[in-house]
Amino acid sequence: MNKILEKRVLTPGVVLMKIDAPRIARKAEPGQFVMIMPNEKSERIPLTIADYDRENGGVTVIFQTVGATTMEMGEMNEGDELFAFTGPLGQPSHTEGIRKAAVIGGGLGCAIAYPQAKKLHELGAQVDMIAGFRNKDIVILEEEMKNASSRLFVMTDDGSNGNQGFVTNKLEELLEAGEKYDEVIAIGPLMMMKAVCELTKKYGIKTIVSMNPIMIDGTGMCGGCRLTVGGQTKFACVDGPDFDGHLVDFDEVILRSRMYRAEEAKARDEHCNLMKMKVKGE
Amino acid sequence: MADMSLVKHPMPEQAADVRNKNFEEVALGYTEEMAVAEAKRCLNCKNPMCVKGCPVNVKIPEFISLAAEGKFEEAYYKIRETSSLPAVCGRVCPQERQCESKCIRGIKGEPVAIGRLERFCADYHMAHGGKKSEKIEKNGHKVAVVGAGPAGLTCAGDLARLGYEVTVFEAFHVAGGVLMYGIPEFRLPKDIVRREIENLEKLGVKIETNTVVGQTVAVDELMSEEGFEAVFIGTGAGLPSFMKIPGEGLIGVYSANEFLTRINLMKAYLDDFATPIKKHGKVAVVGGGNVAMDAARCAKRLGAEVYIVYRRGMEELPARAEEIHHAMEEGIVFKLLCNPKEIIGDENGNVVAMKCVEMELGEPDASGRRRPIEKAGSDFILDVDSVIMALGTSPNPLIKNTTSGLDVNARGCIVADEAGKTSKDGVFAGGDAVTGAATVILAMGAGKNAAAAIDDYIKNK
Repeated sequence: MNKILEKRVLTPGVVLMKIDAPRIARKAEPGQFVMIMPNEKSERIPLTIADYDRENGGVTVIFQTVGATTMEMGEMNEGDELFAFTGPLGQPSHTEGIRKAAVIGGGLGCAIAYPQAKKLHELGAQVDMIAGFRNKDIVILEEEMKNASSRLFVMTDDGSNGNQGFVTNKLEELLEAGEKYDEVIAIGPLMMMKAVCELTKKYGIKTIVSMNPIMIDGTGMCGGCRLTVGGQTKFACVDGPDFDGHLVDFDEVILRSRMYRAEEAKARDEHCNLMKMKVKGE
Repeated sequence: MADMSLVKHPMPEQAADVRNKNFEEVALGYTEEMAVAEAKRCLNCKNPMCVKGCPVNVKIPEFISLAAEGKFEEAYYKIRETSSLPAVCGRVCPQERQCESKCIRGIKGEPVAIGRLERFCADYHMAHGGKKSEKIEKNGHKVAVVGAGPAGLTCAGDLARLGYEVTVFEAFHVAGGVLMYGIPEFRLPKDIVRREIENLEKLGVKIETNTVVGQTVAVDELMSEEGFEAVFIGTGAGLPSFMKIPGEGLIGVYSANEFLTRINLMKAYLDDFATPIKKHGKVAVVGGGNVAMDAARCAKRLGAEVYIVYRRGMEELPARAEEIHHAMEEGIVFKLLCNPKEIIGDENGNVVAMKCVEMELGEPDASGRRRPIEKAGSDFILDVDSVIMALGTSPNPLIKNTTSGLDVNARGCIVADEAGKTSKDGVFAGGDAVTGAATVILAMGAGKNAAAAIDDYIKNK
């Protein structure tokens, strides 16, 4: 059991939680993830580690309450205990040899891109961070990202913050203006990561993506998170979650990500109905 | 006077067409009368071969003699002297290849039903047993066990009885390993596993779940920073294999590990548990071992029509005899001498069929089994919407990658001698992590040997 030390609603539906997990906080590195079960009967879901505090033993995760499990978690409060919290899992992101990087986050993906930018920034690399959101109301971690980068560009799909465009528009603009990056790191929706990779391929810039497929155990046991990278079957949980984006078979990943769509919708509806009943009952 | 009946007293079980729709235990166990009658078939040999056939050397004639007198509780403790998990072994051991294969009664007729009697005594103890607490004097030495599966639990139990302070680290949220995630409820009720583990906790064994050794903490750190004088690695063989044929990324293709974990560990078949499981119409399970039988029988219980697709013949099926027999009774269709070549999907990436080829058996290969060869031009299409790959597993590389000075072989298995000693001082290993995928009881035997070796190592340090 792990206690929730802090809970903050960042924007409607996006929740930050700091969890008491000293063993994990001691070991965690950017790019790694944890497996979580809010209670005994929940699903096990992977969430990428957004931050960690080695001193006080806290591990931060940021999630969107979109599925039954994250909704259940979102209803928990400071002081409540999570049934299971396991990690840090997966390989840490590599940072060696990167002197200048573009770190790109899409939506909630910024929560994962942020610790990577922070680590690179701390190591003295020049970091251009491009963060994309649908609109200005759902921007998260703006201050944190600003502090973790040399330059921060926040883009919105609808232009509501004055910068209309996708992250790829901004990246292309920078590349066209002659910026040279050792590496591009792209974390966000599959479609966004795919689009970034298509762009960087043209410029011949190595691009790392962070994959978040279906997982059960998170330790290499179920094979549910398998994907094809450079023609080889890889497990995101132990071989990743970071992979060379130019080698990932995105079309297969996108198909597999829809595997439980019907079941998920049903679970979400049931969870919502349950909540409505609870509310009515009170 | 021994009962000279040539056959075992049958054990009651749920009817095949009833049980293939539920997850309740198939075998119902002996009554007291049946157990006494079966126990009386034992000749109590002076030189009992059955004991030599048991990887943990259960004192078989002695416990059976007690059972024959109706002293079931004493019989249970006789088993417990050498086995940490009697209720589990009685259910999942391949007795026909171990103790029972050596039974003198088996020469003319059927051997004594040792497995059924072991199960009965263990169940009797769970139902009627008093709280006889085993007094243990602590010796002040700390040992870490990595993995709470059959090997680790056995090792932990034996060490705790010797007075060691034992902590078991488990990656999952519950202890039990393959007993929880792999073997289905209808073959090994999870409540029984939990109670066997509680028995170990009563001996003072500490279990730390949600701790992935190699990630959360390294073996080296357990020894240098946390004061463990020795470590036993019983992390099993969890990494699933695929065939590397086209279509394995399609929706509806699972490793048996994934399918079984969803069902057994995460209880996806029960409404009040959140983990989803897809209901498929026609399922092909590829493989012929116990895991293949378990996956097939689970798929059947979820309502599918199920095929076992195996490239060798009936004689070569590696599964336990009883599992094959039960699977057939439950209506699983065996497609033997048949091998998949490709899994075919529709435009949405869902499985719609599997292309197979017929096989024939050629000369024996390195394993001594006749090698299957494709029959030219015999390709055919099997109409299925799901494929479960039960092709065996190999050890997870997490420990190897994070432990200094630990040798592994080409297959990724930890190199250890008979006693479990590895290339690293103070580190012992056993079970599937060393042998590659094998059986529960062999893992228990390895855990037991390693416990003795660890005791020896610490005493002589």
